[in-house]
Amino acid sequence: MHQLKERYKGKKMAPAFNAIHTFLYLPNETTHSGSHVRAADDLKRTMNTVIMALIPCLLFGIFNTGYQHYAAVNGFPTDFSVMEHFLTWDNFWLGALKVIPLVIVSYGVGLAIEFLFAVIKGHEVEEGYLVTGMLVPLIVPVDIPLWMLAVAIAFGVVIGKEVFGGTGMNILNPALTIRAFLFFAYPTWMSGDKVWVHEAVNLAGTADEISGETVLGFLAQNKDFAYSLSDMFYGFIPGSVGETSAFLILLGGLFLIFSKIASWRIMVSAVIGALVMAYIFNFAVDQAWIAETSKFYGLMSLEGWKHLIIGGLAFGIVYMATDPVTGAQTNRGKWIYGFLIGFISIMIRAFNPAYPEGVFLAILLMNVFAPTIDHYVVKGNIKRRMKRLKQATIHPKTTDGKAEQLKAETV
Amino acid sequence: MALLSKKDANLILDPLADNNPITIQVLGICSALAITAELKASIVMAISVVFVLGVGNVVISLMRNIIPSKIRIIVQLVVVATLVIIVDQVLKAFAYELSKTLAVFVGLIITNCIIMGRFEAFALGNGPWKSFLDGIGNALGYGVILIIVGFFRELFGSGTLMGFKVLGDPVEKTGLYATGYENNGFMIIPPAALIVVGIIIWVQRSKNRALIEEN
Repeated sequence: MHQLKERYKGKKMAPAFNAIHTFLYLPNETTHSGSHVRAADDLKRTMNTVIMALIPCLLFGIFNTGYQHYAAVNGFPTDFSVMEHFLTWDNFWLGALKVIPLVIVSYGVGLAIEFLFAVIKGHEVEEGYLVTGMLVPLIVPVDIPLWMLAVAIAFGVVIGKEVFGGTGMNILNPALTIRAFLFFAYPTWMSGDKVWVHEAVNLAGTADEISGETVLGFLAQNKDFAYSLSDMFYGFIPGSVGETSAFLILLGGLFLIFSKIASWRIMVSAVIGALVMAYIFNFAVDQAWIAETSKFYGLMSLEGWKHLIIGGLAFGIVYMATDPVTGAQTNRGKWIYGFLIGFISIMIRAFNPAYPEGVFLAILLMNVFAPTIDHYVVKGNIKRRMKRLKQATIHPKTTDGKAEQLKAETV
Repeated sequence: MALLSKKDANLILDPLADNNPITIQVLGICSALAITAELKASIVMAISVVFVLGVGNVVISLMRNIIPSKIRIIVQLVVVATLVIIVDQVLKAFAYELSKTLAVFVGLIITNCIIMGRFEAFALGNGPWKSFLDGIGNALGYGVILIIVGFFRELFGSGTLMGFKVLGDPVEKTGLYATGYENNGFMIIPPAALIVVGIIIWVQRSKNRALIEEN
């Protein structure tokens, strides 16, 4: 590899070889000018940490794909035990057969486009797609045709990222752009009660018909569902591949917070935002403003905190909203940004007539507004400090105490 | 002798490529988003605009010395409105179904910025022949983009072209649909037109780097 890299130096294909080289070895370049900080956590390390946090979700998704399929076909086990019914070889085998191709297509198409653009534009291949490529298979229904996924990834990477200048310049989260494209382009494969469980689409209309309705789907139709709270928390429910297990997402989120990769401010404020909106709905139901026959009743009457463990909310908050490129940059901005994501997610969930999930739309919307939020936060900060500066010159005697205060506040 | 002098030919050819009203001047985007879901509608719209802008430019050019400059916008509006009503009536008479698809957008040709823009920028200062060429050129430039966008949106969005099922029948699963292909619902909605126009702009500018603005 070292030799290849040297041989192709300065040639057109150089970025492609450099990318493979840096993927396998420590880069042998050093910064030539300016000040540099020596630290181990470069972009590559950051991305790998996120992928590590995603691996449990992926494995769980593989088992869950198999479990949901067999449970729907053979009937749900009455005495459910994790070892006997969930972590079985059958479940894993079926799940792997369905999920691994999604991962391969995701990385194959995405990285091919990244390499292509790097070669055309003559810049280095960036690591940004490593995380996107892992996120994408986790946020789509398991039976999505592979060619649709490939088209959507091509669209998401080119229009969502490359036209803006590649990793670090994109306005929208590429993984969510891909999901949004799929959602609007092929709605029959992205919503409804058949797509979430393997084979449910093919069996529809036959004698062996199985249901794959998600919890949110049941709620949107004001129907009861058979999943217990622990099912929903641990994730033994139908849904997109990797989004079901709130437990593992929570672990992944804690891991990201402790490794300081993702912002805890965004996660916490998004949870608060979701709870606030959900309890406003609960309050409206308690006051009997919403009739039980209303089509919003099911989702609005659901206790607020339960929203956190169903659907893609947890996954979106932990892995998508915290994207450092598309999220807000300032600390205060992060609070506002996260809060609005949670708030709007639940609002869309309740009011969207076609599809009872709104996390990805809420995050995309706030992605667009993140620079605006930052702009006003920075401007507000400047204003506040200007004001303080003026006051400080008017009362020069009290500066001693104030100087300390100033220091503390400006940090 | 050539039919058109080089200068005159440029009046028609420039707006087709390097000075395209949609992709370079970014005018007339509204109707480009609204009516390009079908190729047929795009073509009819393109023809209508060619007529309105070609004739309108000549009329304004002929009247340019007698229009008091204070009320010139009103006069221009009257001319456009008259021509648009003619187009609208002709469509209703001979292509009623299509006129329903185009609906309000034929009327809105009046507000198409390209038309008022050419009246103001060109017809008020040039003779009728040049104004005619300029009008036709700009309208064609607009029409070409409309037709390209309409082509891709109808092909990928509905699997048809001019209403013919070129990719097979989606319900009976013939042709391409037998392999599992499905129509792309995203192409039907107007934002897709924005993206297609964006891609055209991208392709055009990467072919002719002189068009890229400095900033």
